[in-house]
Amino acid sequence: MIHQYQNNGYNIVLDVNSGCVHVVDEPGYEVIACLNRMNENQTVQTLKEESTWNQLKDELEGKYSEEELRDILDDVTELTENGQLFVVDTYEPFIGEVIKRKTVVKALCLHIAHDCNLACKYCFAEEGEYHGRRALMTYEVGKKALDFLIANSGTRRNLEVDFFGGEPLMNWQVVKDLVAYGREQEKLHDKHFRFTVTTNGVLLNDEIQEFINKEMDNVVISLDGRKEVNDRMRPFRNGKGSYDLIVPKFQKLADSRNQERYYIRGTFTRNNLDFSEDVKHFAELGFKQMSIEPVVGDESDPYAIREEDLPQIFDEYDKLARYIIEKDKKGEGFNFFHFMIDLEGGPCLYKRLSGCGSGTEYLAVTPWGDFYPCHQFVGDEDFLMGNVNEGITRPEIADEFRCCNVYTKEKCKKCFARFYCSGGCMANAYKYADGLNDSYDLGCEMERKRVECAIMIKAAMADEN
Amino acid sequence: MKHIKTLNTQTLNNTVKKGGCGECQTSCQSACKTSCTVGNQTCEHSK
Repeated sequence: MIHQYQNNGYNIVLDVNSGCVHVVDEPGYEVIACLNRMNENQTVQTLKEESTWNQLKDELEGKYSEEELRDILDDVTELTENGQLFVVDTYEPFIGEVIKRKTVVKALCLHIAHDCNLACKYCFAEEGEYHGRRALMTYEVGKKALDFLIANSGTRRNLEVDFFGGEPLMNWQVVKDLVAYGREQEKLHDKHFRFTVTTNGVLLNDEIQEFINKEMDNVVISLDGRKEVNDRMRPFRNGKGSYDLIVPKFQKLADSRNQERYYIRGTFTRNNLDFSEDVKHFAELGFKQMSIEPVVGDESDPYAIREEDLPQIFDEYDKLARYIIEKDKKGEGFNFFHFMIDLEGGPCLYKRLSGCGSGTEYLAVTPWGDFYPCHQFVGDEDFLMGNVNEGITRPEIADEFRCCNVYTKEKCKKCFARFYCSGGCMANAYKYADGLNDSYDLGCEMERKRVECAIMIKAAMADEN
Repeated sequence: MKHIKTLNTQTLNNTVKKGGCGECQTSCQSACKTSCTVGNQTCEHSK
């Protein structure tokens, strides 16, 4: 399967099943398109057939010389021979292995506080309460969650624990105590905890910053961008905006971490479809690691992204991609999370086939110790999987998640981006499409655009070098 | 090659041989909590 597109002056050919990216000139682009139209499943043998050559000549000879066409066809044949073009999808049989493998739990999202000091209008956690009551996780519950993780992690050494909420800084002492407990336990069990925290920054102070820098592998700090954009969606409960209070603290925190191992993360909505300006704003504030994601919400929400917004959103991603290249050339580069792609050292096939790991490798834990497949399912009793006292009591839920992949989702089978999103977000599919094996179409459209931009940026960077 | 520049030599197929250790980061623990971005994670062995 081949995906071709043109972006920012680059002609790009992605060979979906090998993951190889080819940047080609105009004649090369047309020849590959023509060969793909003739036969999507070209092989070295079919490419060498006289009929292929004749058809190619018939279609393009008036435009390009015979020598040029022959040159390109030889190149295409060589790449096909090397397994870099027209590669057949032979991965489906591996799915059996992926499904049957004994999964271990390697990551927990600890809902340390179902309470929040902001009242963000798009919050899927409903101001931290997750369709339930306000609650803080106790040290005892958190300890049992870490014990569960250690006991169920098999031979995995690196274990991830994200302190999430609500707002985790509202239960900071428990976070500190759990980190201390984790550090003590990792020595006894030959494990390594990678702690992370996601915070709105309201309660951030020097003491907390110091602790975060000492103990947290990553910190996600929430800000939506420009002051007016942020304050519209991320106010305090009294309606006052949060920007002025948190931005200086976030700048200080990012600098104290040498601009590494953190993300400033925002959400864009229908109210700021010009979100590339918000990313620029992050850059102007001096941030180097950033992420802005589309809001996910019900169509009836006034701020939710609609299909009619997609052209503008695509345009914004293009603008942003060009801005990133421009900044990089000036030596002022930064990372935009959704354009990060590692063409040489990216995830292995197993990872790409097993997806995000929700419900199997990754679980969310509520303040009272209940397990859910991920943070977005918390509060939906149909997905309550067990608890820290009894362990997993409904393994059938894990099985259902384990069996979901790019080959069980019809829409993924035809999609060029399937090995980049790995089937997409399960919660979005469940909440906004027809179930776990369906796909959230708007999300897919945006993901495809991001993958195209990310690859184009790689092409531009390769050009610079 | 005059007309085609290939950006990467690593192919998905090659990752089958040594992949699957599971030590890499879970995607939602990085910066996305509402989408799925497996493709931009890094293999633990290539760090």
